[in-house]
Amino acid sequence: MKKIFAYPRALTQKRTHYCPGCTHGIIHRLVAEAIDDLDIQERTIGIAPVGCAVLAYDYFDLDFQEAAHGRAPAVATGIKRVHPEAIVFSYQGDGDLASIGMAEIIHAAARGEKITVIFVNNTVYGMTGGQMAPTTLPGQKTTTSPYGRDTATVGYPIRVCELLATLDGPAYLARVSVHDPAHIVRAGKAIRQAFAMQMAGKGFSLVEVLSSCPTNWGMTPVQALSWIKEKMIPYYPLGVFRAPEEVTGDDV
Amino acid sequence: MERVMMKGNEALAEGAIRAGCRFFFGYPITPQNEIPEYMARRLPEVGGVFLQAESEVSAINMVYGAGGAGARVLTSSSGPGISLKLEGISYIAGAQVPCVIVNVARGGPGLGGLTPSQADYFQATKGGGHGDYRLLVYAPGNAQEMVDLMGLAFDKAEEYRNPVMILTDAIMGQMMEPVVLPPLRTVTAEQPWATTGKQGRKKPNLINSLGIVGEELERINIELQAKYDRMAAAEARYEADGTAEADLIVVAYGTSSRVARSAIARLRQEGKKVGLFRPVTLWPFPQAVLASLAADGKRFLVVEMSAGQLVEDVILAVNDRAKVSFFGKLNGTVPTVREVYDRIRSLLPEGGEG
Ligand SMILES: Cc1ncc(C[n+]2csc(CCOP(=O)(O)OP(=O)(O)O)c2C)c(N)n1
Ligand code: SF4
Ligand SMILES: [Mg+2]
Repeated sequence: MKKIFAYPRALTQKRTHYCPGCTHGIIHRLVAEAIDDLDIQERTIGIAPVGCAVLAYDYFDLDFQEAAHGRAPAVATGIKRVHPEAIVFSYQGDGDLASIGMAEIIHAAARGEKITVIFVNNTVYGMTGGQMAPTTLPGQKTTTSPYGRDTATVGYPIRVCELLATLDGPAYLARVSVHDPAHIVRAGKAIRQAFAMQMAGKGFSLVEVLSSCPTNWGMTPVQALSWIKEKMIPYYPLGVFRAPEEVTGDDV
Repeated sequence: MERVMMKGNEALAEGAIRAGCRFFFGYPITPQNEIPEYMARRLPEVGGVFLQAESEVSAINMVYGAGGAGARVLTSSSGPGISLKLEGISYIAGAQVPCVIVNVARGGPGLGGLTPSQADYFQATKGGGHGDYRLLVYAPGNAQEMVDLMGLAFDKAEEYRNPVMILTDAIMGQMMEPVVLPPLRTVTAEQPWATTGKQGRKKPNLINSLGIVGEELERINIELQAKYDRMAAAEARYEADGTAEADLIVVAYGTSSRVARSAIARLRQEGKKVGLFRPVTLWPFPQAVLASLAADGKRFLVVEMSAGQLVEDVILAVNDRAKVSFFGKLNGTVPTVREVYDRIRSLLPEGGEG
């Protein structure tokens, strides 16, 4: 009988510390499945962020380096230059990547650094208790925007894929969501595609994943998934923002 | 063995290449630009990688990545850039990643000036970044030591899995001197602890400085402190010139030690008994030797291009057993031989022959 569902080899058996209903866990699984699928576990090196995924190295059965807040793309660059044959990826939150680490991500993308970035956008600083992030939606309440994000005083959210799509360096940029099974399947394909790009030596690849933070959004897990669909996707449209001609974006 | 004329900064760069360093990440800042410029030319010739980063913050994190991946990696900067690197240096120390960091110091604080300075001594030896960590800090006294200590720095960084700093200054970096170059070493990036991809290993390798679970952080710190104790016991280096018979010992490193040496030579011609004690490692500080010289009844004069930083370590080392005087320069200039000569004279007994 053909096995159609199994525990990914690239994940350890360790129980995650993520809150109930948090989609970080789903994204971990998709990354691990892509690694299994492409058979690259033995040559993949991950970079963990500072954020809720700080312990990612406990959950992936891969060599890992833990980076300072926002610096993962620079760390990935150092590793990739030493081991060009290795597959190097960073896993970063929106505070990590789009605020404190904006310089690192833009320049890694501009250099066409041959790394893969899994960018988890949950519109808040999850780990530190739900403060406003560069991706917090207009009007969204957080602990540091208690009256709702006021664009007149703190400006507008940053759309990372669109921003990076202005550069020549990236080979693959896609935004996906994990709020329902159909989207999870497409998200998995995009993540696999991003790793495949790196394997083919094409250049910088990034997948932005719209992700839930029920704890800091003050919602039940189910409400949080609906909120991604109803509030986040309209502001952060899903799709492929950069891909080589032979890769179609239809399946995202 | 080749003998060539080289600028101090170039001697550091070629010294690194000879020591097997094949990766350099940096960002332009005067007065160290000769190092990245030399590396940009030279590294491709030996199959290495030079990359100009978007900032010193990124450069040091690239170093963290490359060092963690097992390679011999160098970065260089000057005061304002070293300040930016301190976050990364703390992580590198915490994660026990070998690498070499050069500071070709200029005057501060703030944007300061481009003139030579020794005011980054505290930053180099007392931390600078957060947490209880130590760097092994070498202070070369001439271009030859730039080459030799660079080789040693890479070996020690790997031996202890610890970042090593070379602290020098604008004058030393720009000065041309003859150097004898060691043969080119090839070192592979193979370290059992490095991130390479598991490559069939059962357990993944992890480079990390996080310790939030249980007593992990205490365990990490105990391990680090034990390592620093081993380094302190084994790695102190110094030059002692005429200290045994001296009445007064000048303590200085780098550029100020060169000025002091000239002043001392003159005084010796006049029959004065003056010695030079030159710490070659600023951390670990060679305090035991100074302590025993103090116990022998010596007096000390510390000469440095700062408001008094090295002098604090000398005072700690002699621990009230001897008088310590201080002569510092604050204006980003080098003390003249005459100034140092006069200061030493003023401390020697009137008219005495020593
Ligand atoms: C230099 C520095 N500044 C601040 C922090 C505190 N900090 C830890 S996690 C975090 C935000 C993480 O948010 P995000 O990147 O969105 O990840 P999430 O937790 O939401 O997955 C911050 C600000 C830190 N560790 N280091
Ligand atoms: S705080 Fe938010 S992002 Fe962090 S684990 Fe909990 S739900 Fe997930
Ligand atoms: Mg977040």
